[in-house]
Amino acid sequence: MTTTTLGPPGGPAQARSFQLPGGIGAWIAGLIILAFLTLFLLAPVASVIYTAFVTEEGKLTLGHFMNFFGQSLLKESFVNSLVVALMSVVFASLIAIPLAYLTVRFEFRGALLIQTLGVLPLIMPPFVGAVALQLIFGRNGSVNLLLNQWFGFTIPIMEGLTGVIFVESIHYFPFILLNLVASLRNIDGAMEESAQSLGCTGFRLFRRVIFPLAMPGFLAGASLVFVKVFDDLGTPLVMGVTNMLAPQAYLRITSVGVDDPLGYVISVILITFSILAMWMAARVMKGRDYSTLQKGGNSLQKRKLTAWQTATAYFWIGLVLIVVLSPHVGILLMSLAKVWSFSVLPDAYTLEHYRTVFGDSSKMISNTLLYCGLAATLDVIIGTAIAYLILRTKLPARQWLDWASSIALAIPGLVLAIGYLRIFKGMEVPFTDTPLTSTWVLIMIAYAVRRLPYALRSCYAALQQVHISLEESAQSLGASRLSTIRRIVVPLMAGGILAGFVTSFITAAVELSATIMLTTTESNAPMSYGIYLYMQSISGRGPGAALGVIAVVVVGLGTFLSYWMAERSSARSTTRNTDS
Amino acid sequence: MLKPLKKVGVVARNLSLSYGKTEVLKDITLTIEPGEFFALLGPSGSGKSTLLRLIAGFNQHQNGVLLIDGKDVTGTPPHLRQVGMVFQNYALWPHMTVWDNVAFGLVERKLDKQVIQQKVEDALNLVGLLQYAKRRPSMLSGGQQQRVALARTIVIEPQVLLLDEPLSNLDKQLRVQMREELKNLQRTLGITTIFVTHDQEEAMTTADRMAVLDKGILQQIGSAAGLFDYPTNKFVAGFVGTANLVAGEIMVVNGETLKFQAQGLGALTFPKVLDTNPKPGVATMVFRPHQVAIRVRDDHSDPSRVWVDGKVDSAEFLGEFARYRVRVGELAMLADQPHYSGLEMFPVGTEVRLGIEPNQVRFLTQ
Repeated sequence: MTTTTLGPPGGPAQARSFQLPGGIGAWIAGLIILAFLTLFLLAPVASVIYTAFVTEEGKLTLGHFMNFFGQSLLKESFVNSLVVALMSVVFASLIAIPLAYLTVRFEFRGALLIQTLGVLPLIMPPFVGAVALQLIFGRNGSVNLLLNQWFGFTIPIMEGLTGVIFVESIHYFPFILLNLVASLRNIDGAMEESAQSLGCTGFRLFRRVIFPLAMPGFLAGASLVFVKVFDDLGTPLVMGVTNMLAPQAYLRITSVGVDDPLGYVISVILITFSILAMWMAARVMKGRDYSTLQKGGNSLQKRKLTAWQTATAYFWIGLVLIVVLSPHVGILLMSLAKVWSFSVLPDAYTLEHYRTVFGDSSKMISNTLLYCGLAATLDVIIGTAIAYLILRTKLPARQWLDWASSIALAIPGLVLAIGYLRIFKGMEVPFTDTPLTSTWVLIMIAYAVRRLPYALRSCYAALQQVHISLEESAQSLGASRLSTIRRIVVPLMAGGILAGFVTSFITAAVELSATIMLTTTESNAPMSYGIYLYMQSISGRGPGAALGVIAVVVVGLGTFLSYWMAERSSARSTTRNTDS
Repeated sequence: MLKPLKKVGVVARNLSLSYGKTEVLKDITLTIEPGEFFALLGPSGSGKSTLLRLIAGFNQHQNGVLLIDGKDVTGTPPHLRQVGMVFQNYALWPHMTVWDNVAFGLVERKLDKQVIQQKVEDALNLVGLLQYAKRRPSMLSGGQQQRVALARTIVIEPQVLLLDEPLSNLDKQLRVQMREELKNLQRTLGITTIFVTHDQEEAMTTADRMAVLDKGILQQIGSAAGLFDYPTNKFVAGFVGTANLVAGEIMVVNGETLKFQAQGLGALTFPKVLDTNPKPGVATMVFRPHQVAIRVRDDHSDPSRVWVDGKVDSAEFLGEFARYRVRVGELAMLADQPHYSGLEMFPVGTEVRLGIEPNQVRFLTQ
């Protein structure tokens, strides 16, 4: 028997006469995040846009844009970038739509294969894939050597813009596949059955009912592909294609200098088209939430394929699988090849490249781990904080934090990096003579800012699944707000937070466009820069490929890990929901 | 065992709360005595849960005063109120064991390890779940989760225990059993307990007194029998128990009799009841179905009752009694007939007479 009498923790409370709406802690957190976003996202982007519209004397002008469209190379680059982005969307859709339909619609074992297909390309950075595809499908690649040997002709699929479209379609079709599958799964089976009972079947049924219902998912994926391809710097650079917008901006800034206005004009165009694509997708989808699946309803009925259909399906999947896997195989062979040129397969194998990489470039690997680890940590901390502020406090204008960080979605890494170079130019790290722009801190922060929207979504979803009463009960038992966050909220969000961390980490690990711009010395360089650097020379290709394989393995493991954790945490939250 | 806790009163004076333009609570004034088992009863949207959360500190009232143990708690955040709340969905933390759930509040208070150990053990013993201490909440049944939630709350020795629809997630049998357990627990600890329910049976069987709320307004406070026998308005009459409500007008009241002009029924004359003081004017006549006798037309009729003629519209057999819906003039009235084996029910369409017990009739002027 104890004699302790219990009182509220922290002693008797005094009624407060004045209270900030949302509490003082929320204000401090909100203001810190706002300062971070302003300094590292809004201000750099604003300065890029501003620079594109003013003369050297600081007067408003459209002269730089006139200048841009006056130069035939830049006009050509503009058209090329548009064509490449649009064609990539078309080809990616051609690959993704049949695959998505097959998985959702039919009962057959290939479904698992298709899901694998949906992840495989994403774990390889596109610029690494580009190099590998050169070796397989290039002018002197394995396929063309065989074709020439047997039939006497070659397919120049890796040449110029065609090559970029080919590489980008293969790399980005999973975005359409994953989104489309998700929205097809949400279609109520009754939608289809009522169409059938009205006499609509077969391909007409797909065209008139099913595809329109899945449209939001398709558009979400397609606009993402457009934006990614339009902004991509690494792939065209690695393939030696410079008559596109992103490479032109890069070349302008690196060769002419940070003050060349044309680089900024290109940046503004890149931002504009990114926003336009997302806005159009959002606009078309507005008011069309087609996830018609009712509670307790059934999704589309699965059917069995006939023998013929099965054969066709497997043929198509097999073909896609071979093409999708070829960069992986190519990069692996390349990393093991002693000599590989003008031959179908390497002539001799060696582990020398891996030795080189671990000897010379271990610094790059540890740099990647450091930058990406810090960036991902920053992301989940800010993401959790914003999610909490939005969902659990009454801080005025808290939604703006979400909108502000979402701006990063429309900002290409290249543009963000240019912005950093511009506004931090001439600044020095306090108490030293080192210029701020030559440190790795900016690389790390660029990674964090670019991945923040994804980490935020992950944290937001995790917090939404935590029932508010779980926090209220802690408070009524005497836990302060901070204590509730530490002991209840964060542990319950752990799955989502970790998934957000891993996603941020792996996508940052293979980011190239901001990296190229912000890396100043080799000792600061992360892996992605190392791969790019190695690939510049013929002798560096082996070690570059070895580094690429390491990157693929890291990203692959990370992806697997984040799926696993997301599954586990959602499984736990569903058991909880059925309890209550 | 836990020792009986200090008994604390809760007083609300003119409490109001609104979200924007929507008034959720309007001018609530009530006093809950120390050690009382008190129910907040009302339909969904009545504001009963809002009032409970206001006492817990999750909602803040804009006007009025809320006193717990005589101290104004306006503006005090929930974690400093020393008020324990058990949530409708129990809100057990899935990432902690039963033991850790119960120990949570004590750890927040930074008590000694041994003290925590002892108190958690006592609390789990009290609800009979000590053997489940190492389990996760998801491995327990609904009733067991409910008990863990209770143990977790009473272990911090709250001034007031709040229960939000504590029985709504249990199946019927378990509900009756938990009801008993709750009553015993409350009696043992002597803790002032306030619980929210929409189920009048639950409130009547469990609480010492209850407050009936509707549309954010406190309708009436009283014991179960008090509310049942003497409702002060139509809402309470209809919500607590089943009632026949007949609109009309009191025409004449003299020394001995009262004349009521019922809409769609005509004039009825009652002997004046001593404990009420009706005045002429618009009123509603209220009487319970079990106070209405039902007979065939040609039966001898007891002159002490007021008789009206009608026709059986429908009948429900409920075991202890049969409930008839009888068409009388333009009205439908409910009449209960006690059942014993062998008693045949009136078929639908039977011409019957209904005998209203005059001293059980109330006239409401609100």
